[in-house]
Amino acid sequence: MLADLFASPGTLALGALTGLVFGFLLQKGGVTRFDVIVRQFLLQDFTMLKIMLSAVVVGGVGIYGMRAAGLDVGLHVKDAVLLGNVVGGVLFGIGMAVLGYCPGTGIAAIGDGSRHAIPGVLGMLFGAAVYAEVYPAMKSSILATADLGKVTFADTLGVGPFALAIGAAVVLIGALFALERFAPKSAA
Amino acid sequence: MSSVWKQPRWSPYVVGAAIGVLSWITFGFMGKALGTSTTLVRAAGALESIAAPEHVEQNAYFAKYLGTAAEPKPVFEWQFALVLLLGVGALIAARLAGSKRREYVPELWRERFGDSKALRYGAAFVGGAVMLFGARLAGGCTSGHGISGGLQLAVSSWTFVISMLVAGVVTALVVYRKGGRHVG
Repeated sequence: MLADLFASPGTLALGALTGLVFGFLLQKGGVTRFDVIVRQFLLQDFTMLKIMLSAVVVGGVGIYGMRAAGLDVGLHVKDAVLLGNVVGGVLFGIGMAVLGYCPGTGIAAIGDGSRHAIPGVLGMLFGAAVYAEVYPAMKSSILATADLGKVTFADTLGVGPFALAIGAAVVLIGALFALERFAPKSAA
Repeated sequence: MSSVWKQPRWSPYVVGAAIGVLSWITFGFMGKALGTSTTLVRAAGALESIAAPEHVEQNAYFAKYLGTAAEPKPVFEWQFALVLLLGVGALIAARLAGSKRREYVPELWRERFGDSKALRYGAAFVGGAVMLFGARLAGGCTSGHGISGGLQLAVSSWTFVISMLVAGVVTALVVYRKGGRHVG
């Protein structure tokens, strides 16, 4: 039974190392702080968006670049059940603005001394359990609507994914320059 | 000269780019995408199964991630290890910078709702529950959709991120009003 409970030690070690680095970066970035997240939603501090968009730019160009170079790198695209993505996204945004953390930053925030992130994480476990109970109802309603499948914008636009990743990077870098120019200076 | 590791904050662009490089490693070397919220499903199922094992076994959603009695899937897998170590990584980063901060009721919250710990903890619990419910309905969170899905230019993920940002802005404006304009 215990053998079923755990993945291989190598897999666990790689996951642990990834978590260690990810948590370290989130704290150095300031997004383990409630005020930074909430002021993002109040449009006063754009740290969170700057981190997300620069991760998307660097990650996207690199991963599609590796694939374009012929390396065997698999994608992990999630299903586009658009109504589920929208309703889920709205609930997520409401909850995140109240808690002041997303799941990853909330867990990291406990390590950064945010005691109130602990009831937040307990609430996340509760929310997951509730979802598991009502999953059949979701599956027959919201999740039964149009499902576009595991598609990317490269698929829907019919363009090469690496070219699109470069194009998206240019647009997002432009957006980040505009943010620096026009957005309020962050508190950091 | 103070070392870069001791600095309390790094540029968001440096941090974001480093997370991007981290995703190269997880996609390319580990065959995985950064994510966190699925682990909360596995953890909730594992905790619930201590009290009610049959109930968890019969649940179709838990079965997706934990498998069935005949074909169990591991609870403690790659992402579970990642999530457990997130707090440790943040703790190391904070301690290197000499921070021993303790936050019970954040300032922005206190300005609006007072310094009741019970109220803040209750709101954090409810916020966390609503957020995770939304994450499971949408199929991911800020890391799985926001970063991993966003960088793959997934239609699902950009739909999620835009919906999440709009709802978060509206909620924050309602809940915190102007939220103490004295930035800095």
